[in-house]
Amino acid sequence: MEHEPILELKDLVVKFHTLDGVVHAVNGVSYSLEEGKTLGVVGESGCGKSVSVLSVMRLILDPPGKIYAGKILLHGKNILEYSEAQMERIRGRQIAMIFQDPMTSLNPVLTIGKQISEGMVIHLGMTVEEANARAVELLNIVGIPNAKDRFSDYPHQFSGGMRQRAMIAMALSCNPEILIADEPTTALDVTIQAQIVELVKRLRDQLGMSAIWITHDLAVVADLADKVVVMYAGYIVEEADVFRLYENPLHPYTNSLLKSLPRVDSSREHERLATIPGSPPTGTKVIAGCPFVPRCNFVIDRCRVENPPLEQVESGHKIACWVDVNNGRQR
Amino acid sequence: MGIQTDAEFFQLQEEIQAEPLTPGQIIRMRFLRHKMAVFGAIMLIVLLFYSFGGVIFFSEEQANFTDTKLRLSPPSREHPFGTDTIGRDILARTIYGGQISLIIGLSAVIVEVIVGVLIGAIAGYYGGWIDGLLMRFTEAMFNIPQLFLLLVMAKFFGGKIPPIDMFGRSFSGSVIVIIVIIGITSWMYLARIVRANFLSLKEREFVLAAHTTGTSNLSIIFNHILPNSIAPIIVSGTLSVANAIISEAYISFLGLGVQPPTATWGNMLEGAYNYIETAPWLWIFPGSLIVLTVLSINFVGDGMRDALDPHAIVEAK
Repeated sequence: MEHEPILELKDLVVKFHTLDGVVHAVNGVSYSLEEGKTLGVVGESGCGKSVSVLSVMRLILDPPGKIYAGKILLHGKNILEYSEAQMERIRGRQIAMIFQDPMTSLNPVLTIGKQISEGMVIHLGMTVEEANARAVELLNIVGIPNAKDRFSDYPHQFSGGMRQRAMIAMALSCNPEILIADEPTTALDVTIQAQIVELVKRLRDQLGMSAIWITHDLAVVADLADKVVVMYAGYIVEEADVFRLYENPLHPYTNSLLKSLPRVDSSREHERLATIPGSPPTGTKVIAGCPFVPRCNFVIDRCRVENPPLEQVESGHKIACWVDVNNGRQR
Repeated sequence: MGIQTDAEFFQLQEEIQAEPLTPGQIIRMRFLRHKMAVFGAIMLIVLLFYSFGGVIFFSEEQANFTDTKLRLSPPSREHPFGTDTIGRDILARTIYGGQISLIIGLSAVIVEVIVGVLIGAIAGYYGGWIDGLLMRFTEAMFNIPQLFLLLVMAKFFGGKIPPIDMFGRSFSGSVIVIIVIIGITSWMYLARIVRANFLSLKEREFVLAAHTTGTSNLSIIFNHILPNSIAPIIVSGTLSVANAIISEAYISFLGLGVQPPTATWGNMLEGAYNYIETAPWLWIFPGSLIVLTVLSINFVGDGMRDALDPHAIVEAK
């Protein structure tokens, strides 16, 4: 049975006006998040992953950024039409976010405890004492030892992993319905990464949250997500259940991405890993055809003139490509 | 040197395990290493004792008591600093004048900091046309010579405010006028410093993170960003105290500042103007007190700048 989507992006277009010209960061992206599920958003740097979720928070800095078109539906209501005051009630309460770099996302001059309890005072109408008591509990839950003593520490007294745990405590403080994780493990070393992923997984299941997990680490997505969206140059190029995507990637980009991963079960022991030549296009250029053409192994003439739309090819599997990667011919 | 005994070994271990220094301790350490700043701080404490502790020995009536028979008498046993043109005791007047000068210096800076921080923070945080408007206003204020503005405002507002009773003393209303006009003519540098700080801080990720928890703009400005720029504000504020004391001396010397009989170090100099050679004690004492105060504050401000600089490296002892 299909769940009702809790959050839905429809044809979102975001552009940035910079000195180098207009950057087309997100070009008509649609995806949806079902209740209790986790959506993985994968892609290279600068492909519009973060911008699309920052738009959900309505935190695109304007200027230079601007949401030009599209809808963002939270429980069916378009939050792009909300006032700033209404958004403040949603941020942290209904949608919470954790960031990539725990070193810079905590305020260096405020205590950890104050930063965690602040949201609860704002949203849940708790007194400072109640919020502080709850913040200590939360620190315990996310696995900070001696939570009571560490409560009044400053961020510089915490290690990277502990700070990310504190960020998670902050995000979870008001029991949000949706947790957005913007590459939360990228800045951490591998063992800590695994701990953080486990922690978020456990808390997500305990609290029944839905989550959007942005990353360029395909392994993390495989572990966490129910559905995966692959983005390239501001477009969604492939969308599928996590198993289907890994078993049968249909877009040349996803295909190459998965080939570039080392595999434990690989028989090609001394072979070099596959790479994708070139780099993603800069967002300032307007491309007539498919943006992946310069790096694609399956290019046909149509690719250069017409950008393929995202179309369903199997049930629960959409791709934006003219070519069938299995035989190299146009579908 | 090696470790000879167990005791030494354990001591060394204890040292290694010592608690890391808190930012407060580091700042104190750096400040104390600045010799002139320490001297300035001690001097300021002495001056504060002089001005506010001297009340025990002299009453304000004594400071304002005129005895024309004793006018312009040089320093003596009864009047260690001599007497002024209408026979008031200069020692007592430097004590009460010191209170006013220091109060004016500190209060004017409070006004300055409030105005400067408010304007700088709002301009820097919101940017756009708000920033444009506020910064053009700041530049306009810069373009009017401060002394000129001070004099005009002092002339305009002077004498319109009745005396005020506070701290068991009666202040001439002109004290309040001077505090306000010094405050509102000197906030521009601070506003620029705060704006520049906000411009860079608002781009930081922790501000974005604060937004995502639903914190309001006002709370982000005052609870999240402002504490991060407290160091330059403290330094600038400290140095401004010295400027405010000088400004007060300036206008009072020109006869437009605090009106007698309330004494300040500045208006004591006013009467000395005609007696620079014949009665030097008229200006030496209040003059030196001003110089000493301003110098000490500047040393302390310098020390604070070094101590609060986040980029300074803590050297080992």
